[in-house]
Amino acid sequence: MPPVPQETATARLARLLTMVPWLVNRQGIDLAQAAEDLGVTTGQLEADLRLLFLCGYGQLPDELIEADWEGGRVFVGNADSIARPLRLGVDEAVTLIVGLRALREVPGLDERDAVDRALAKLESAAGDAAAPASRVRAEVAEGGSPELLARARQAIADRRRIHLRYVVPARDEATERDVDPMRVVGIDGQWYLEGWCHRAEDTRLFRMDRVEQLTVLDVDGTPPPEASERDLSEGTFRPAPDDVVVTLRLLPGATWVSDYYPVDSVQEVPAADGGGQVVTLRTADTAWLRRLLWRLGGRGHVIEPADVVAEVREGAHAALATYGRTGER
Amino acid sequence: MSSESGGGAPSAAQVKTERLLNLVLVLLYTRRPLSKAQIRQLVPQYGTNASTEAFERMFERDKDELRELGIPLVTEDIDVLWDDEPGYRIHQRDYALPDIEFEPDELAVLGLASRTWAQASLAGPAAQALRKLRAAGVERDVGALIGIEPRLRTTEPAFDAVKDAVLRRVRLRFDYRRAEAPEATSRRVEPWSLVSWHGHWYLNAYDEDRAAPRVFRLSRITGPVRTAGAPGAFEVPADHEPEVMTRTAAAPAAQPSPAVLRVRQGTGHALRRRARTVGDVDDVWSLVDLDYGDLDAFAEEVAGYGADVVVEQPRELVDAVLGRLRGALTAHGGGER
Repeated sequence: MPPVPQETATARLARLLTMVPWLVNRQGIDLAQAAEDLGVTTGQLEADLRLLFLCGYGQLPDELIEADWEGGRVFVGNADSIARPLRLGVDEAVTLIVGLRALREVPGLDERDAVDRALAKLESAAGDAAAPASRVRAEVAEGGSPELLARARQAIADRRRIHLRYVVPARDEATERDVDPMRVVGIDGQWYLEGWCHRAEDTRLFRMDRVEQLTVLDVDGTPPPEASERDLSEGTFRPAPDDVVVTLRLLPGATWVSDYYPVDSVQEVPAADGGGQVVTLRTADTAWLRRLLWRLGGRGHVIEPADVVAEVREGAHAALATYGRTGER
Repeated sequence: MSSESGGGAPSAAQVKTERLLNLVLVLLYTRRPLSKAQIRQLVPQYGTNASTEAFERMFERDKDELRELGIPLVTEDIDVLWDDEPGYRIHQRDYALPDIEFEPDELAVLGLASRTWAQASLAGPAAQALRKLRAAGVERDVGALIGIEPRLRTTEPAFDAVKDAVLRRVRLRFDYRRAEAPEATSRRVEPWSLVSWHGHWYLNAYDEDRAAPRVFRLSRITGPVRTAGAPGAFEVPADHEPEVMTRTAAAPAAQPSPAVLRVRQGTGHALRRRARTVGDVDDVWSLVDLDYGDLDAFAEEVAGYGADVVVEQPRELVDAVLGRLRGALTAHGGGER
């Protein structure tokens, strides 16, 4: 767990005012467990307890907060006035309310009733802090039929292997594979199924809107021990060491590419030189890149490597030729 | 952390945290408003050696910072007969989160709602909020609902500043680069709402220079975001619908039009899935019949299939695809046909 670097005095105070009621209701909790649940290091938690120990509504011994963590078990006492958490701040209320409202829209969610009850209680408890939440809206993801999503979730719950017919549009391929499903993730506007793919012998993310068929097999679908969930904090793209580095010139009107695809670098081009960007990206497979450049129709081009330039040119030539052969209408 | 391990001198931030915490404890504990002099005596970190002026400046700042955190520190008359001396206190009823009991399934969805932000800049507040709601509860974290994990990311550098302005209703200035424009232009807006749609954050706002509502994609805001003026400076129209405004601007609805495509066998999978009908012409080609919305977007998609998909009808779609392919050819050193 990362330490809390340069935490301001007020940020630490806010954290302590949340920590005290939490600990007061969990007297005797294991120090390491408490630190983990509170999202801090053990060292930080000990420093926090030492600080609490020095504070009180007066400076006489019986006016000070009691904090004891001898033997690795945490006890906090004489903190009645802060034994209840401070009301939710605006950011706090907004994150939970927006998150719950987004959850409501998850297709095929059985827990919608619980979401509604939690939302009603939360809004009344948050009071004024809840009002601005109506100005932040989030759609977690869309795409993929509710039925397929529900079937994938059920397969995970039942630990069943599934058979997928999956389209890879970037390569325009339809593939068949058996997968031990691990989780359904909604990220960057799309639903994905993550699972151990027996064809690739690795964990893979499958975009749900590209799943043509999903059949639950009567086979145990427990993923092998080497299957591990991918860290998605950087998005769904995972570069590989043997990827080709490609430099693209994007004219204004094509710069959405650097929003949409993970790029290594973006350099803005001054308006005097035509504007837009020069970006570099890494890819193992240039087929999708060719497709991208045909789509851009000249609003972007490959600067290097030269063989990719030639691939795009020859492919565009071949495509135009198909119209030629059937007669320029 | 050695400065906090007993012997060494505590850091300035540590002393300040102690001072603020003592101040909160003192003001919550008291049954009557306390004068500044009483507070100075009860909170040792205010230091008896400092001048009264220095103490008062420090106390004013502390008061502001506690209020900033949402702590309801109020000023009340100490004595109705002596209204020149203000007193200070924090009422427990205004300070504490109301007592709410959540059912286990409600806590589970709250946990999921909180973890939705786990990879976003709001991860801290989301986790803190959940900890507050769970403070009283002793039940274990029941974990994610089986197998489902919604995630919101906030990778746009402008996100936090824009979010704060939306929540507090503060006017904003920023530079914005439109998709087709070579240069960024400076904007002054009343930020109405923030919407995450299709994996991107959008700001719905009233553009003061254009005197019209506009939708801004956060990733296209360049440079710093500056606030202008006080919070609550404008009203968001009562009939404002955040999602509707974003969707309408980001993806204008188009009437579906029919198209006929020749698609090479074994290719065009995504097109075949959307087809009304698919018929085989011969061993090489299928004929695919489908509807499209936006002409340019569909031409772009078809051009992406290169020589595997040929448009038969309509003529305008043929022209749009040919235009793209010729553009790509020329841009990559191919001759004009």
